[in-house]
Amino acid sequence: MSAGEATTVSARLPRLLRRIDPAVATAYACIVVLLLLGDLYNASFLSPEYLLQQLKVASFLGVIATGMMIVILLGQIDLSVPWVVAVGGMMSASATAYGPVGEALAIPFGLLCGIALGFLNGIGVAYLRIPSMIITLAINAVAQGLMVVHTGGFSPQDSASAAMRFIATGDTLLGIPNALIVWGVVGAAAIFLFTRTTFGRALYAIGNRERAAYLSGFNTQRVVLFAFAISGGLSAFGGVLLAGYASKAAQAMGDPYLLPSIAAVVLGGTSILGGRGSYSGTIAGVILITLLQSILSVMQMPEAGRQIIYGAVIILMMLVYGRGRRVGA
Amino acid sequence: MSDWRYRFSEHKGTLLAVAIFVLMFTIYLVYHPAITSNGFTAKAVTNVVNTAANKGVLLALVAVAQTMVVITSGIDLSVGMIFILCNCLASAIVVGSAWQTALGIAGVLATGLLCGAINGLVVIFGRLQPIVTTIATGAIYFGIALALRPNPDVAADFNGDIGDAMMGKLPLGIPVSIVALLVIVVVIWIPFRRSAIGRTAYAVGSSEVAAFMSGLRIRRAKFVAYTLSGLLSGMGGLYLTFTTASGEASLANGNTYTLYSIAAVVLGGVSLFGGSGSAIGAIFGALAFRAIGDLLFDFNIEPLWQSLFQGIVLLVSVCIGAAQLVRVRNRLDLFG
Repeated sequence: MSAGEATTVSARLPRLLRRIDPAVATAYACIVVLLLLGDLYNASFLSPEYLLQQLKVASFLGVIATGMMIVILLGQIDLSVPWVVAVGGMMSASATAYGPVGEALAIPFGLLCGIALGFLNGIGVAYLRIPSMIITLAINAVAQGLMVVHTGGFSPQDSASAAMRFIATGDTLLGIPNALIVWGVVGAAAIFLFTRTTFGRALYAIGNRERAAYLSGFNTQRVVLFAFAISGGLSAFGGVLLAGYASKAAQAMGDPYLLPSIAAVVLGGTSILGGRGSYSGTIAGVILITLLQSILSVMQMPEAGRQIIYGAVIILMMLVYGRGRRVGA
Repeated sequence: MSDWRYRFSEHKGTLLAVAIFVLMFTIYLVYHPAITSNGFTAKAVTNVVNTAANKGVLLALVAVAQTMVVITSGIDLSVGMIFILCNCLASAIVVGSAWQTALGIAGVLATGLLCGAINGLVVIFGRLQPIVTTIATGAIYFGIALALRPNPDVAADFNGDIGDAMMGKLPLGIPVSIVALLVIVVVIWIPFRRSAIGRTAYAVGSSEVAAFMSGLRIRRAKFVAYTLSGLLSGMGGLYLTFTTASGEASLANGNTYTLYSIAAVVLGGVSLFGGSGSAIGAIFGALAFRAIGDLLFDFNIEPLWQSLFQGIVLLVSVCIGAAQLVRVRNRLDLFG
């Protein structure tokens, strides 16, 4: 098919249909397939209660994956997620112990600690030009060290504040879990950021080619700095939610969120090389990962089998729509 | 030697890693309690060196594995998981008589090789990004390890003789583990580095398109790099089994080795963008990283501070690498 022919065919398609990214469409199709498979196995799988419960669990990953997506759009990666999540949870829980003022400031304090760590990541990547994989790894190690020293190596005894428990476990409106509403707000803000602001355009531009973005007049270094700060803040916010969900923070509470957050973003069609991807894809990726984990645990699959299937599914899905271009072709 | 300047700049990263290692390890030895209390006797020193070597070789092997892939400008986040898988497998099959043991070792190494080959095939023919691929295959390898050893277990009839032999000392107090590492470098790294395949791996890391245009066989080079990486991680896992005589499918341990391997590679002067650096540098990077981590033990500081200390050392060392920014004349050069 020649290029001219292709244009006419795509011109005839409705505008909406043309705008659909095949990767995102595949991800949503996979969700439907997973739901049907789950329904075959257990009839209560499609009940509203179960689905809402899944979305509530997905919210924690969703908030963290939003931060990860911002960084991946730049063509960078944030490996400091595990301990920034833990910092968010532990610091907010610690603040709760300091009387009513501490309790009121618990959530902002947790967020602030995450933003500060993200800021350090951003300075390293944007101004010191250290590869993000390394600097975020180092910040992760420092955050771990700080938390180990702070807690003495044990799970902290401070419990989460009432507000933290409320946003993570309560449900106010029509039985919709608060955590889901929180994710909705974060997601709406992210969509606004990506599609309606200069900052969002700059993220995509830098992900494609930082040099070109710089020459186009973006202050690329400041954009990268703030992107990492936002990512740190969202990771910490995920930690605050998780601490509220479990009523307390724990050592290594963030460890199970690093790989799923990267996988969710990438399965949602965002290029790991940066510059390409949409938030609707990330939503699909987050739900997909959560459903997969849930189905495997409903089937009482042992942990070993879960890991194997989890890895195999990521590879298979990436082979379906995440393949790179052939070199030289 | 008119080309010394060029050669020096090519090996600068490696030499720096050696210097850091020598400095850190000397401090470690001088202040080690077993040496300060017994005086500076040969026996005390060789004992301390041997213990440090047995510990350091594990990370060194995984770091060399990481180097192989990093040179092609990829990254292997499954090295720690292959390491754990081979540890669990070795604790199950390196048993019994000499022949059985040899067969078991061959099986473990073949498994490591196979894991690396799978990574390579998916990256090359699946055209997936190495980082995503190895995250996913890492999960699979860890799952298999967990299936082999659901609970951490001491190998029932593990061949302890070979474990003791590999951890012991040769005459003059030379640790067997260091000799083994040397043999691996001579048998695997140097032939790789000097062959057309190795050269191609470096070329791919510098510019894949240019390597393709020059008619180099980039697929073969990448495949060999990933496969050797798997083999070396497998050797690390085997060595872990020699030292502990047990197998444990520990997720935390696997992740730690993966992350430390990246740290060691960076300390060793291997560029994460590919195309430069050497396994020798990565080995010294790994040994230096271990020595730094163990320094706290010397000064009797609570182990609680170890992870913070290690993190700060890592942070400072990567920030020192940023010093070359001072020499950037054109602002555009910042953006690569």
